[in-house]
Amino acid sequence: MQDFAEAFRLAFALVLSGDADLLEIIGLSLHVSFSAMFFSCVIGLALGSFVAVARFPGRSAVIVIFNTLMGLPPVVVGLLVYLALSRAGPFGALGLLYTPAAMIIAQTILITPIIAALSRQIVEDLFNEYDEFFRSLALPMWQAMGAVLWDARYSLITVALAGFGRAVAEVGAVMIVGGNIDHLTRVMTTAIALETSKGDLALALALGIVLLAISMTVNALALSLRASAARQAYA
Amino acid sequence: MRDMTLSMAKDNPLAATASAPNTVGGHASDTAPAQDLTGTLFPLKVKSLVFEAGGRRLIDGLDLTLQRTGTTMIMGPNGAGKSLLLRLIHGLLQPMAGMIEWGGQPPSDTLRRFQALVTQKPVLLRRSVAENIDFVLRTLGRTNADERDALLGQVGLLELRDQPARKLSGGEQQRLSLARALAINPSVLMLDEPTASLDPASVLVIEQLVNRAASRGVKVIFITHDLGQTRRLGGDVIFMHRGRVAEHTSVENFFEAPKSQAVRDFVAGRIVL
Repeated sequence: MQDFAEAFRLAFALVLSGDADLLEIIGLSLHVSFSAMFFSCVIGLALGSFVAVARFPGRSAVIVIFNTLMGLPPVVVGLLVYLALSRAGPFGALGLLYTPAAMIIAQTILITPIIAALSRQIVEDLFNEYDEFFRSLALPMWQAMGAVLWDARYSLITVALAGFGRAVAEVGAVMIVGGNIDHLTRVMTTAIALETSKGDLALALALGIVLLAISMTVNALALSLRASAARQAYA
Repeated sequence: MRDMTLSMAKDNPLAATASAPNTVGGHASDTAPAQDLTGTLFPLKVKSLVFEAGGRRLIDGLDLTLQRTGTTMIMGPNGAGKSLLLRLIHGLLQPMAGMIEWGGQPPSDTLRRFQALVTQKPVLLRRSVAENIDFVLRTLGRTNADERDALLGQVGLLELRDQPARKLSGGEQQRLSLARALAINPSVLMLDEPTASLDPASVLVIEQLVNRAASRGVKVIFITHDLGQTRRLGGDVIFMHRGRVAEHTSVENFFEAPKSQAVRDFVAGRIVL
């Protein structure tokens, strides 16, 4: 118990001291997860919006697949990306394995289904609501979609934040494709796993505290966005 | 084929509009009603119209001819097919059988741009009052704050222009919906029970706006359950019953000399099923 309290004290001291290693790990974590969120939004929003408004054979199956992939296990994603990027894999020549780029790819694959599935539901609901008005105006599809995406922006930003939360907190995929290499691919979650196994609970806890703080900030942002949208009757 | 298109365009301005090339991203000039086409849209002819849903025939061989002049009121019990008819002639729904022709042309995107629809439950964008009008003006290639403010002034919402549209009261939302419809400068204004569940003051404002539009030459097609409203606004009345037109007559004849039993019962206040 005393060790535990000591670990907490050390953790706070480390956070407050602005330790360079700690900042580097936090910086890389944010860089990888924000990049993954950006690419996932580009792909996921486009996919989600398309499935929301398009009617084609197998659409229900696509929705089921989106929803199923929301629970994709990170280690499975890590393994698949590892196989694809390893020297014998189809993209081995790119030399991306054990680089931040590989971690971004893995996290992008992990959270794209989340963004696609959630945005599909949001866009579909709003599109159905606006549909008759848009058709009455004989509005072209691109213009209708633009209006729907704009009006759903608060909800969609919340979806993006949910994706970021999932990305920044996962450990399995980035551990496999990044390798947890010091000063190169070490992020908060992989560092926590390593330091815990080494018995350096102070650094592990410090990282855990930062991770929790980031997670809380993201959730608070999402909540305040929703509240703000509801207050303005935009939600 | 080219000759045929040109010939159509010469005879009918709508054909010319339909074949006009897109410009400015293929939209602005394509969507803007450039002239008063009310005359070329009429007569509206509906023949043997059939619409089914869920295995039920909701519009059952309906025939109808509407002329350009006057405000046409559509009445009838719930489930008679009034709202369906409006959406069919507006081109929002496709009939299973039958024919609809506006001045000889079937409903189309081009024709729809000269028509405006106001529904019982207004669909307002998640934006401010002003932005709801701006959206329509922008789609027509007319971004004009003065025009928007004038429209909001007409419906008494100018002071609320920065408020979120969805926070307005029911009457205010309906007035905004009507202002948005008028922003189109429609040749035909279709209203589906726009005053249902509104207080008398809001009803009065809506009726004044509708009358003003009608006096400018806009053809108004107005669905209502309110006999008083029909007396106040109507030029002619269509009474629908079980997916058909039971009677189409002048408002005077509708109240004083109805021909069908359904209308006699309805006017007398008896329940029509």
